[in-house]
Amino acid sequence: MSNTLSFDYIVPGDDFTRAGEASSDVKHKLKQIGYDSDAIRRVAIAMYEGEINMVIHAGGGKAHVEISPEKIEMTLADNGPGIKDVALAMREGYSTAPDNVRALGFGAGMGLPNMKKSTDAMEIDTAIGTGTTLHMTVYAKR
Amino acid sequence: MMTVKELAERLELKILAGEASLDRPVSGGYTGDLLSWVMARLPADAAWLTVMGNINAIAVASLKDAACIVLTDSAPLDDAALEKAQELSFPVLLSEQDSFTLGARMDGLLR
Ligand SMILES: Nc1ncnc2c1ncn2[C@@H]1O[C@H](COP(=O)(O)OP(=O)(O)OP(=O)(O)O)[C@@H](O)[C@H]1O
Ligand SMILES: [Mg+2]
Repeated sequence: MSNTLSFDYIVPGDDFTRAGEASSDVKHKLKQIGYDSDAIRRVAIAMYEGEINMVIHAGGGKAHVEISPEKIEMTLADNGPGIKDVALAMREGYSTAPDNVRALGFGAGMGLPNMKKSTDAMEIDTAIGTGTTLHMTVYAKR
Repeated sequence: MMTVKELAERLELKILAGEASLDRPVSGGYTGDLLSWVMARLPADAAWLTVMGNINAIAVASLKDAACIVLTDSAPLDDAALEKAQELSFPVLLSEQDSFTLGARMDGLLR
């Protein structure tokens, strides 16, 4: 018997009206469990930014979240265009978001840096034309 | 501590959504329109002053446990955002003043 809970979400592409639903659901579940509030806050930031990136940049994707007493692991996988230069994409202020998306308030180029800062570990696996998989870990106590 | 309701009264804000949650405490404020800046910095229980009245702003504010959104400069709240705010019972208020002017008044009230 393991005491790990796992949840899966489909994140629809280009649907801004539903963007954030997976993150909200994860946050809600963590609150119900009574998880550490700082960890919840960091998971909410990382998961939302990752979810939104899949919507905006990758035509949607999937999220898999595992919650154990020690840590929360998030895997966000898409079949989008991939990221050509990861170091550049990680830079604060770098964004390829199109104008229509910028008009909604996205495109500051702060999403990936936020994810990096709010998690304890983050790995990006990406290939041009194949997609991007992000793996992030947040420990219950930093 | 001041509640959203008191803040709305003192600053003459119009209540657009979230009437059932006006007893939430307000402990500070934040202003900004770029969502990933706000996502990183908006404190819990803050009143968020912004011109972004879309569904993504509602999602960010609620994920960060903000007390309320205050749309400044009479910025519009779109239909999808209104619907989401009502569904979450998340307070959205409206002001004719700009974020700087309103923020300065709010700071005086919250001190
Ligand atoms: N899942 C993804 N697939 C393809 N490209 C991506 C993906 N996620 C991020 N990128 C690329 O990395 C860039 C930087 O991402 P980041 O989240 O930091 O900023 P942004 O999404 O452009 O703006 P913001 O997050 O501030 O609203 C994006 O503009 C995009 O070019
Ligand atoms: Mg982003």
